Amino acid sequence: MTTDTVEPVVAADYKSGIRGTDKPPGRRDLGMAMIFLLPAAIGFLVFYVYPFFRGFYFSLTRYNLLGTPHYIGFANFTKIFQDKLFWNAIVVTVEYVVINIVLQTILAVAIAVLMHRLTQSTVIRGLILLPFLISNVIAAMLWFWLLDYQIGLVNEFISAIGLNKIAFFGDATWAIPTIALVNVWRHMGYTALLVFAGLQTIPGYVYEAAAVDGSTEWKSFWRITLPLLRPILALVLVVTVTGSFQVFDTVAVTTRGGPGNASRVMQYYIYQKGFTEGQFGYASALSVILFIILAAVALFQLRILRAGESDLA
Amino acid sequence: MATTTAPARAAEATTKPQAEGKRTNLGRIVAWAVMIILILITLFPFYWMLRTALSTSKSLFSDPASLLPVDFTWGAFKRVLGLATPAEAQAEGGSGAAVNFWLFLRNSIIYATLTTAGQVFFCALAAYAFARLRWPGRDKVFFIFLTALMIPPIFVALPNFILIKNLGLLNTFPGLILPYFFMTPFAIFFLRQFFLGINREIEEAAKLDGAGHWRIFFGIVLPMSWAPIITLFILTFINQWNEYFWPLLVGSNDKTRVLTVAIGVFRSQTPAGSPDWAGLMAAVLVAALPILILFFAFAKKIVNSIGFSGVK
Repeated sequence: MTTDTVEPVVAADYKSGIRGTDKPPGRRDLGMAMIFLLPAAIGFLVFYVYPFFRGFYFSLTRYNLLGTPHYIGFANFTKIFQDKLFWNAIVVTVEYVVINIVLQTILAVAIAVLMHRLTQSTVIRGLILLPFLISNVIAAMLWFWLLDYQIGLVNEFISAIGLNKIAFFGDATWAIPTIALVNVWRHMGYTALLVFAGLQTIPGYVYEAAAVDGSTEWKSFWRITLPLLRPILALVLVVTVTGSFQVFDTVAVTTRGGPGNASRVMQYYIYQKGFTEGQFGYASALSVILFIILAAVALFQLRILRAGESDLA
Repeated sequence: MATTTAPARAAEATTKPQAEGKRTNLGRIVAWAVMIILILITLFPFYWMLRTALSTSKSLFSDPASLLPVDFTWGAFKRVLGLATPAEAQAEGGSGAAVNFWLFLRNSIIYATLTTAGQVFFCALAAYAFARLRWPGRDKVFFIFLTALMIPPIFVALPNFILIKNLGLLNTFPGLILPYFFMTPFAIFFLRQFFLGINREIEEAAKLDGAGHWRIFFGIVLPMSWAPIITLFILTFINQWNEYFWPLLVGSNDKTRVLTVAIGVFRSQTPAGSPDWAGLMAAVLVAALPILILFFAFAKKIVNSIGFSGVK
């Protein structure tokens, strides 16, 4: 249930891989199949299907964790739409997602293209991946130190070149961009490797043909690489944007939503409502809204970017 | 790849070979420079982590930009590992409070190992049923399993927390482990892909020899897929080791607190004025160490496993 699992594989294969074997399924292995499937089916029903429907039910209740859920219809939702902190959470989360995704995607494509044109070295790919292997919590602590106001290295550098120090995590305008940048640092290498895998599907002859026509590297990037990369990039974006909306760890160990409400992102707000304030029904209603937003954003992206279709006919 | 330098070569062959060649060289130098800067940005924070962890916390203030450890000491590591006496710890700027590092490390190992082992094994069983057995509705059931990928983790985490709480499993390992123990849609999908690729003839031959599905699964399919299974195991282990949200909800006492959660607590307990940065960085480094070791041991496998295995 982590937000960082290597899931993009699935979307790519929806169309081609959904059918198992070539022969039509018969009945003869049914008993055996049920035994093989039993543990996974238990896990699926108990920890995915049941909580999925229960989540919707809780969103229609008043539930303070100690008593029993009390059905109140859509009252939570009408309350949410008048909740200033909810709208704040939406704004702050969107700001985070935009900064995070724009920078991360640009850097990832840059790294991937550079690797693609310069080197096939596994060592370099490994080094680039390193930040992704440490947890969000560790990445957050590391940058909390590097960006410390008093003696953090970055502020030492800033004051050395004669500028004013910046309270990266302590200033309301800087908190979200800072958290976004920390996560760009952690995820850009991983995203670059996904893009890199996509680049390797572009056949070399396309570039050779372009070169014969006198195209420069720069032109080839815009005219060949980017258009042919579009389907892969779309899938990468669906995965990274969905993950980005669920930012929590970094906020939880650094700013805890502050200063003020400046970094109280959606998932942190849900966590606080549910577990600090004990308003579980309300928190569930918030998570229903987050779910709807995520589903809408994913569908929208797949539509706009026509993820399933390749230009390489 | 042979095509990497193709445009350059072709350009040289057509017009003004010398000028074109020079421009391409310059381009390559700039490209390498950008690449090296990006790699430095990626790696430098790791060095800074080590440099700080080997410094004396109190001395960091005197020389915050020094590239080498300030007032070199192993003290921070000793504090984290509980090898320093409270007096020693305080002298170097630590809090002097006992850190249960070994306990949290043990908890992380239990949590990550058991969830990973359960998940990979049960998902291998399920993937076999989806890839190799014939039964009605198989592909529909598989599709339904896959749709679980669309559900954001927090959406099911809230009701799952209630379930674990009602079962009286808060702050227990079963409570921490159970939701991850049986399956993730991704693991089933991942393994099914590989099982589909295994040659059917070997299986048919085994069947003629009278082998049942259990023997085929344990004797043929598992041994033949050990590479993807190990890859999946490593990736899952890393994910579980780094997981923060679920252990934060369910494992909040010392007995079940994992390292990620412990670091968060450690951070919130450090005095705001003069945090024990050396201690914090040492803790963070030691917490990341198992994953870093795992990574360096299996780097090639991990690096090559990232990508869209569905795209051919």
